Amino acid sequence: MLITIQDMFKTYRMGDTSVHALDGVSLTINAGEFVAIMGASGSGKSTLLNILGCLDTPTSGTYLLDGVEVSRMSRTQLARIRNRKLGFVFQNFNLLSRTSAIENVELPTFYNTSFPGGQRRKRAAEMLERVGLGNRLDHTSAQLSGGQQQRVAIARALMNDPPVLLADEPTGNLDTRSSIEIMALFSRLNQEGITIVMVTHEEDIAACAKRKIVMRDGRILTSPQTGHPAL
Amino acid sequence: MNLWMILKVALRAIFRNKTRSLLTALGIIVGIAAVIAVVAIGQGATTMMMKEINSIGNNLIMVFPGSRTQGGVHAGSGASQTLTAEDGAAIARDIAHLVKAVSPMVRTGAQVIYQENNWSTQIQGVSIEYPDVRSWEVGNGVFFITADQRSATRVCVIGGTVADNLFPDEDPVGKTIRIRNMPFRVLGVMARKGSNTMGNDQDDVILAPYTTVKRVLQNSIFNNVNMLMVSLYSLGDIPAAKDEIGALLRQRHKLGPNTDDDFSLIDMTEITNTIGSMTKLMTILLTTVASISLLVGGIGIMNIMLVSVTERTREIGLRMAIGATPSDILLQFITEAMALSTAGGLLGVLLGIFGARLVGKVQQWPILITESSVLVAFLFSAAVGMFFGFYPALRASRLNPIDCLRYE
Repeated sequence: MLITIQDMFKTYRMGDTSVHALDGVSLTINAGEFVAIMGASGSGKSTLLNILGCLDTPTSGTYLLDGVEVSRMSRTQLARIRNRKLGFVFQNFNLLSRTSAIENVELPTFYNTSFPGGQRRKRAAEMLERVGLGNRLDHTSAQLSGGQQQRVAIARALMNDPPVLLADEPTGNLDTRSSIEIMALFSRLNQEGITIVMVTHEEDIAACAKRKIVMRDGRILTSPQTGHPAL
Repeated sequence: MNLWMILKVALRAIFRNKTRSLLTALGIIVGIAAVIAVVAIGQGATTMMMKEINSIGNNLIMVFPGSRTQGGVHAGSGASQTLTAEDGAAIARDIAHLVKAVSPMVRTGAQVIYQENNWSTQIQGVSIEYPDVRSWEVGNGVFFITADQRSATRVCVIGGTVADNLFPDEDPVGKTIRIRNMPFRVLGVMARKGSNTMGNDQDDVILAPYTTVKRVLQNSIFNNVNMLMVSLYSLGDIPAAKDEIGALLRQRHKLGPNTDDDFSLIDMTEITNTIGSMTKLMTILLTTVASISLLVGGIGIMNIMLVSVTERTREIGLRMAIGATPSDILLQFITEAMALSTAGGLLGVLLGIFGARLVGKVQQWPILITESSVLVAFLFSAAVGMFFGFYPALRASRLNPIDCLRYE
């Protein structure tokens, strides 16, 4: 088991009332899964993804990631976990502007002290090759289309070879054609062994995942263990 | 993240907003340039003055006539006419165990003429001991002798500048010049001393026996002098010598126990100390002003760094998401602030050296740029960057990555 969440609560206090963004969530994700988390806005799916991504800590509950309890770690420890174990793909790509594709992809290794500096450029080029941008190494984000930018972001997420890829609405800013390409890339990466957890509100995008989790009011409604991987 | 990469990121951020960075660094540039220039000019002046004073002779005591009280009216310093060459002779005779040589000095100014050339200069009436007192040799020819002094002969020894102006292409020795229409024979030319710190040309002088100046040039029946110059064997004897000279003069001038001195004693260490403390005061004052400008510059850097942190909130969020620790972020922004301030410091050092050189050239002032002042200024600018960059950097490092990623 790669990810194990048990009895997780996340409570926000707003004046006198407290809001349960997560209201007792338990979830297990195995290595090699491709999971789509769905739900209306305010259902808690983003909060869950943030906690899965070690960007946020739960109010209570446990989170075992790759055999390590991370729910009570310090900010610095969490940063290390994010660097080595997790890759992030965002809705708005979050590439550094006026910076070439290959330099964007190199970025995570600068925060990885065990990464050999001499292999940085070579590995970044390989990762861009892997997402089909081997001929766009020196283009800046302004010179790339939305779909290409998202592929640069995926190459960046793969740089430190993490076991888990977390995607927050990865096709939210893309046209249909680019969305299909990105989902095809996700499916291929999943087949190559990477676990993917993706938040989306689009049914046809979620349909690409092997497993669908639906959330409402901070709880998981359905969590079938299999889905259909075809689009 | 290694330091080189952090520096690269910082420099890229600085060069992305060239105008803004330059304006931000301007406070530091001006502050550092001011410090460098002020210290260079101040140290140059001090060094030059000290050298000058040492060339006059550290072991000199100067005796000036003091003030005089007559019928309750207090006249100014120098009004007393009781100081005479005989006092000088008495000092040389009675305090011989401490005193090497004594020369009186009587000053007057005059237009001097040789053939078609004329020159306005100072005439100093001194004794034959003067070369000993000042450690100043005759370069060409001879000094006057006791006989000249005794009978107030019209002879003189001229300084280099006077020689240049009256005798452009002749040897002055043996020629006769006219001072106030009276003929004086030139016995010699003094070795060149150059100009002193105040810009006074020490070679622009004519030396004659004090008796000649007093009786022939000033047409005076009194024998008071403007100053006695007393040179000692050793610098350490100054306090003892001052005591003995004071006691001797009081006795010779018949001053009662309740009467003030009618003379004043000034030694070179006193002048040295005065000049030193004046220079020090000025340096402190100007350094304070420069420090305030550095403070203002630092605040400018802090301001721009806060803007930079806000502008790059999303970048901070992304860097945190992909593994930057809070200390990575802290270091990155402090480095950026320090790069900005040290670049400003570097430009300031160059500007300061340039400015000091310019002032030195235009004002004919000596300047002295020491490595230590450059190093201190440079380190100080780095410290300003670190100090004022810390708060913005700390704020950046404490940001929540989720909020940063959502920041619009």
